[in-house]
Order: sequence, then C-alpha cells, then structure tokens
Amino acid sequence: MSALQDRLASGQFTVTSELNPVRGATAQAMKERARLLLGWVDAVNLTDNQGAHVRMSSWASAIAAREAGLEPIMQMTCRDRNRIALQSDLLGAASVGLTNLLFMTGDYPKFGDHPGAKPVFDLDSVTMLWTARKMRDEGKLLSGNELKPPPSGLFLGAVENPFAPPEEFRAARAAKKIAAGAQFMQTQYVFDVAAFARWVGALRDEGLTRRCSVLAGVGVVRSLRALDFMASGKVPGVSVPDFVQRRLRGVHPDSVGEEGAKLAAEVIAQVKAIPGVAGVHLLTAGYEKKVPELLEMAGVAGERGPGTGSGSTGLGSTAMGSTGLGSTAATSDVAAAGA
Amino acid sequence: MGPSAGDTPFVPPGDDSAVSAGPVSVPLLPGPPPDWQPGPGEPRLPKAPAPRLSPRSAYVVQLIVKPNWLNRRLGALIERLPLARRAFTVAERKSKEDLFGCRMCGQCALPVTGYSCPMGCPKELRNGPCGGVGPGGACEVYPDRRCVWVVGYERAASAGHADDLRRLQRPVDHRRFGESSWLNYWAGRDDHLWTDDDGLASPPLMGDQT
Repeated sequence: MSALQDRLASGQFTVTSELNPVRGATAQAMKERARLLLGWVDAVNLTDNQGAHVRMSSWASAIAAREAGLEPIMQMTCRDRNRIALQSDLLGAASVGLTNLLFMTGDYPKFGDHPGAKPVFDLDSVTMLWTARKMRDEGKLLSGNELKPPPSGLFLGAVENPFAPPEEFRAARAAKKIAAGAQFMQTQYVFDVAAFARWVGALRDEGLTRRCSVLAGVGVVRSLRALDFMASGKVPGVSVPDFVQRRLRGVHPDSVGEEGAKLAAEVIAQVKAIPGVAGVHLLTAGYEKKVPELLEMAGVAGERGPGTGSGSTGLGSTAMGSTGLGSTAATSDVAAAGA
Repeated sequence: MGPSAGDTPFVPPGDDSAVSAGPVSVPLLPGPPPDWQPGPGEPRLPKAPAPRLSPRSAYVVQLIVKPNWLNRRLGALIERLPLARRAFTVAERKSKEDLFGCRMCGQCALPVTGYSCPMGCPKELRNGPCGGVGPGGACEVYPDRRCVWVVGYERAASAGHADDLRRLQRPVDHRRFGESSWLNYWAGRDDHLWTDDDGLASPPLMGDQT
C-alpha cells in the first residue's frame, strides 16, 4: 500500500496538491517549488501535459517529486497515448514504484501549445481505470496476455466534475468510475458547496464513499485577471458561480487574492464537515507558497509543517542552488484539471 | 424529434422534477450561444451529429433490430455474398448517418446511449460525458453544438432509460470502422459491448480484447 493509500485508509483528513512539471529538461525548478509543500501535503499530483501544453512527462516528474521528498500521484490522460502506450507506461510506473495513479480523459489539443497535434483518445477515463484494474487484479493486459509479474499495489484514482451538465448524472458517472476501479477521486473546483454536498450525498447513499475516497478540489482565485480567465468559459470544466464572482468583484482589485484565499479556506472548512469527504485536493500549482497559510486559515493545519515528515517519503531534499526559480505556470495562475 | 436549443426554459439542478426514476420530462438545457463561430484554427466537424428519430421511436425500432431468428439468418446470408454485403453496408450507412450522425464504427452503442452517437463526440468517449461540458450543455471542443452525451442522457431519461448510461462500455475495436454494425450485431460479435448493469455489486470483468 502506498503512503497515500495508508493515509486515506486511516480516515484522517487528507490533503493533496499539484505540481506543474517543467517545460525543460531538468526538474530542478520544480523541486524548488516542491520544497514549499514538504510536510504540508500528503501527496502531490504530477500533471500529464496539462491543458495539452507540453511539459516534462508525469512519470519523470513524479520521480523528481519523490526525490524532493513528496509522495507523488502520477497523472495519465487518454489524449496523447493509445492503449498500447498506456499499458506500457503503467508497467513502467509500477516498476519504479510509482503506484499512485490518477486517470482522466484529458483536454483536447486545441487548448494547448500544439493545437495541430493529433488527438488519440483510444481509451477514456472509465476504460483506462478498468484496464489498470484488470492488469493489477487479473494480471492480464487488455488483450488477455499474462503479465509476469502483474503490477500489484497500484492505487487507482479518477477525477470528476460534479457541476458540469448533466448535473443529475454526475454522481452516476462517478459511480461508474468507482465500478471500473477508482479508489480515490479528486473533483474540479468546488465553489458551490451545497451542490457539492448533494453530489457527495448521492454517492454516500449508494455506499460509495466507503469504497472510494473523495477529495474536494479547492483553489485560490489569485487576482482579477485569474477570475476573468476562470469565468471566461475558456478553461474546460471550470465555471465560477455568480455569487462567488459577486463576492470577489466586490472587493478592491488588489484584495481579490486575499478574498480568494479566504473563500478557499472557508470552502475547505465547509467540505471537511460533509460526511463522506476524505479530504481536499488543492488546485494551487504555481502558488505553492500559499498552501501553508491556506491550511492554517481553514483550521486543518493540525500537525502539519516543515520537518514533520507528513507526506514525506523519507528522502530528504538535497541542497539545491538557486538556479532557475522562475518557472511559474506558463499559461495561467490556475490549474485546469481536465475531464 | 431530438431536443434543440432554447426549446424549454432552463430549470436549475436541484429541482426535484429533474431527478426520478422512470419516464420523466427532463428539463432541456439551453444550448450554446447561437452566434458562436469557430475562430481560425478551431476544429470543426464536417457534419453536426444530431439524432433525427425520437427516443421512443428508436427504442421501438430496436425491438426489430435486436438479433432474432430471422435477422440472424438474413445476416448470415448477406455476409456470404460480397455484393450483398457491400450494398447492405452502404444502405446502413446512409440511413444511420441521416438519422443519428452515425460514424460506422461497426460496434453500435446507440441502444444504450439514448440513440445519440458517441462517436460524434470529438473524444469518441464510450463512457461520456467528460468533465468539460459547458454550463449550457455545450461541447468543450465544439461550443456551437451540444454535447452528444448530454443529448443522449436527456433522450434516454425521457424514455425511462437513464440507467443505460450507467453501464460500462468497453473500448472500441478500431479494426471495425466501416463495417456494418447490424451484421456484427446479428452475428453475435457485439456481445459484451457493455455491462449488464452498473457494475457496482461486483467488479465487472472486461473480457479479453482480442
């Protein structure tokens, strides 16, 4: 069992976050940012060419994050690789001990830096999960060929957007991913806590929150520009409810970030109180420095802090020179999680 | 007929009339802005898929199309004669293209998607919709049309088949594109395209994809 799986199984409130892989051939800059999260989060997602922007691959970034002392969650989308490559990558990931996997269908190429690229989408998130479970539990590839040995110990995750239409089907879609093998699930940004509670309630009613750990996605709107971008409809799956926009536009433009942080902290505290919620997933890639403050404001910091070893895999961070700290998220202040 | 943008006032989710088992009048989401045009470089499908047969009619037709002793024998006969097979495939393509926006994937999922073709989805999701659907039901990739899965869900729900979308569908066999799905169906090659139920009671096994 991975450290993340242990943590979720213990029933303690779990915090995950994200790291953007670098657009470069060394992960040094990412490791610098990773240090800011040490001791504060239980695991970090390493995104897979997020938003169809080319970055260092998620498996290599996951290894780098682990070297920096964090528990990695390797993301895999279905956009860029067919079933042959995906199964192959799964075997590779398992061989180097990357057992936390998060599957999603993925954003279309048109949103990224290579809009002319050929989209693959040979599998979708459900069949990807189903395939991974077949490999782990039956020890077979999709084709039926046996794996020697099978990738045991994989911890399979999925994402869901409780707010996208058709909203009344979104709990059923999450249930589908759980049936396919999802053991933990991170959601898209939660702004409307009531709607989120309804979605979790529907899962809880079917007993599914005991089979799959739900982590509510929470992010900080850092600035007016970020708010405009998120509310523009240009970020797949992200929409900001009117009451949130009114609140954030109601303060002085320079205070939007502070209000956004307050809002996020409130959401964390509120979702923690919903039965069936196992934790939060902080969509704060590029804004790692805010994470400690956010957790403290929300009242969930608890025993967390640097040097506490929380989430650390025991490999202390090596001394690093201050080379290239400038690699902030190239496109926007916010992390857009695909389908 | 299939739903179209602006037919019915939008009812916000949370209204209990939207969530119940059995035939319901599902509130139809308004579609994307009618004046949306793709910008330069924005992808555009050659033809907007939109089912032209009402869900209820489609489910009735299904009763005839389902494999039975007659169409099984008919199918076997047609498959033996290359010319007949070609003609049959062309006829299928033309009719299904017109009615459902069919892409001739050769492994038809229409019976469990509310008769809204999932291959019209730019991501060709067999287990959609994805999380990128716009607030009005617009496709993430082609905002000038509604998500085929949103359409499918509405159509299935309106005929009491909403639970069909909970079945897990297996991956597409890309070798079958261009084949007649009816012939495949009648010959039993379409068995196990989807699970019998929502797969929650016990882990659904995905058969070997040979």
